[in-house]
Amino acid sequence: MTYFPEEVVEHIVDFLGSHRDRNAVSTVCKAWYQVERLSRRNVFVGNCYAIRPERVMARFPWMKSLGVKGKPHFADFNLVPYDWGGFAQPWIEAAARGCPGLEELRLKRMVVTDDDLELLARSFPSFKSLVLVSCEGFSTDGLAAIATYCRGLRELDLQENEVEDHGRQWLSCFPDSCTSLVSLNFACLKGEINTNALERLVARCPDLRSLKLNRAISVESLNRILARAPHLVDLGTGSMMVNHHTEAYHRLINAFLGCKSLRSLSGFWDASSCCLQAVYPVCVNLTALNLSYAPAIQGDDLIKLICLCFKLQKLWVLDCIGDKGLAAVASTCKDLQELRVFPSDIYGAGTTAVTEEGLVAISSGCSKLNSLLYFCYQMTNTALVTVAKNCPHFTRFRLCILDPGKPDPVTDQPLDEGFGAIVRSCKNLRRLSLSGLLTDKVFLYIGMHAEHLEMLSIAFAGDSDKGMVYVLNGCKNLRKLEIRDCPFGDDALLKDVTKYETMRSLWMSSCDVTLGGCRALAAKMPSLNVEIINESDEADEFQENLSDLHKVEKLYVYRTVARGRTDAPDFVWIL
Amino acid sequence: MSTTETGCSSTEPEVTGGLGYAETELTLGLPGAGGSRPSETDRKRGFAEAVGLNLEAASRGEHCGARSSDSSDGPVSGAVKPSAAKAQVVGWPPVRSFRRNALRSCTYVKVAVDGAPYLRKVDLEAHGGYEQLLAALEEMFSCFTVRHYPDERRLVDPVNGTEYVPTYEDKDGDWMLVGDVPWKMFVASCKRLRLMKSSDAINLATRMPQECSNK
Repeated sequence: MTYFPEEVVEHIVDFLGSHRDRNAVSTVCKAWYQVERLSRRNVFVGNCYAIRPERVMARFPWMKSLGVKGKPHFADFNLVPYDWGGFAQPWIEAAARGCPGLEELRLKRMVVTDDDLELLARSFPSFKSLVLVSCEGFSTDGLAAIATYCRGLRELDLQENEVEDHGRQWLSCFPDSCTSLVSLNFACLKGEINTNALERLVARCPDLRSLKLNRAISVESLNRILARAPHLVDLGTGSMMVNHHTEAYHRLINAFLGCKSLRSLSGFWDASSCCLQAVYPVCVNLTALNLSYAPAIQGDDLIKLICLCFKLQKLWVLDCIGDKGLAAVASTCKDLQELRVFPSDIYGAGTTAVTEEGLVAISSGCSKLNSLLYFCYQMTNTALVTVAKNCPHFTRFRLCILDPGKPDPVTDQPLDEGFGAIVRSCKNLRRLSLSGLLTDKVFLYIGMHAEHLEMLSIAFAGDSDKGMVYVLNGCKNLRKLEIRDCPFGDDALLKDVTKYETMRSLWMSSCDVTLGGCRALAAKMPSLNVEIINESDEADEFQENLSDLHKVEKLYVYRTVARGRTDAPDFVWIL
Repeated sequence: MSTTETGCSSTEPEVTGGLGYAETELTLGLPGAGGSRPSETDRKRGFAEAVGLNLEAASRGEHCGARSSDSSDGPVSGAVKPSAAKAQVVGWPPVRSFRRNALRSCTYVKVAVDGAPYLRKVDLEAHGGYEQLLAALEEMFSCFTVRHYPDERRLVDPVNGTEYVPTYEDKDGDWMLVGDVPWKMFVASCKRLRLMKSSDAINLATRMPQECSNK
């Protein structure tokens, strides 16, 4: 038997970056497991309830970077009750005890409290980077603790969190000795900021490359900041409300003229078309542009701006760009890889928006496109077939037709064939979201062709259990399946229960699964947590009193080595 | 806040002479609709059945909110959200709360009335269109009643007969007549509202949106 000294194994394993490769290596034998676990620096836990935090810290004591995700994806759309779970506390506490060398923490969809942030700030002397995405439960007091105690902080990145505003002092808590910031993003904060403190902070951090301001920061303040940080690569503006007759506007023009390194722009809160001229000088170098919070920027002014951005790789816009605007993108942005078109009119009847025409135009102009999120009013099979032919490189394809269950308006047919073309053509498709009128057939196509599909989101689709079974049988690499308002029931759920052990999670809401079906699943698969989320009045009923025929409103199933949950609220039943 | 039913008056717009100048006749129609009523297709999109903005429906005496199934649910205070079953599906369209709130939260604007001692605030996005907004204003300043002109409404103080024309300040700092631009564009660009005495309003010019980019 060949013998590799540990040092050699360690050296080889060091070359392995991806979690998957390292996970594979660790299963070879005990020796390799040991070498791998002691040398792992980045740990990613996709579901915080899949394993207890202490086990993670014990296995990887020299971990430098930890990422944890909490609530299921549909929590983004208010389908998961507020206090369902996903608490950061046990993770931060366990890390403070077991991995004091931690440098980076990234949390997504978790509940983080001010106490958690204070513990974090005080427990890790080498802490460098905190990234919170779609989290909630904390206030600016927690941020003050981070600013105060994290010496050498390089990154504080707050993306779309719900943060309670307890005042503007938190930013002043960065001591004068803090000069290490590289990235600061507080765009999601709603409250006022101490702009003097911000400007001084920016001035004393020579390595600052990414700065994303919130809506409370005025153009006047932005001008001063840009004057002190002309080397910014990534900028999120604050409020862009400015009258182009004013001094502030002229200063803005000059400020942007000085930003030679700027490659990514976002923010544009309250921006109207008249501020756009100021950013023309940087457009030619932009690789990323996010105008999706600027509903007043549209029409010809938007097109004029787009036509300057020929190096764009990533574009996020609102649907008021219209098909015409997308045609301009198609003819200008030949390097475009990622496009997101968000709905500007969420609540009511629409005005100018995008249709299948815009998407077809994009596909014929931007052959490098690999990631799409597209909200539109209608889609045709013909268009999808064309898009599939033009863009075979999609790894992420998310289409949301705003009217649930809407057929192809030209033929009145379901969109099975269109999506079928997408999965046939895009061999590397990893993520897919469906919408429109869809029968079981589309799931047959997905099961047959979407070999690398890892995440599938389904809403208001399908005819019968067969649809779900096609997917479970066919998609060998499926990790996350989330379904709402589809006629899938117990037969589909129980067809292949071992499949769920190969997946991270399954979500089903407003489908046809019953309590009996869920009980059966839980009984057969102890390695899964089968959670019923029961928000109706019947939640007062004890679970035992409900019959097997009771329809389950929300079901969340996930593999876990931590049986059950200690922190589940009353309305969550773990069978 | 008033707690009466939707304040949308439903009498048919009457044909009167207005200011008497055909060219300066003020309209609430979408640009290009001319002097005629805005066609239904201009107004109806998407969840068409649910949106109450329909002058013909108004002329039949229905409340603006009547088509929305929830209009019987008590105080609406002028906010008529299209509430078809589709529009009220939880979590649909799948847009993150942060984004929903961010695009919604800034639409409260101050409303001033010439001669009134206090200001009010109104959430523009709470209304589906110009009709509902004016109805809300009427409720808010309940001393006024609404007088109808072809495709236009003015608020009238019945005590002295003074007419008020709704105007707004846009993002460029210019004062505009309410109703010229599509509703969505108005909501996005309106910074505040002012009910101006119609005698003062004659001097406001209608400005086409393209002018901005020519500067």
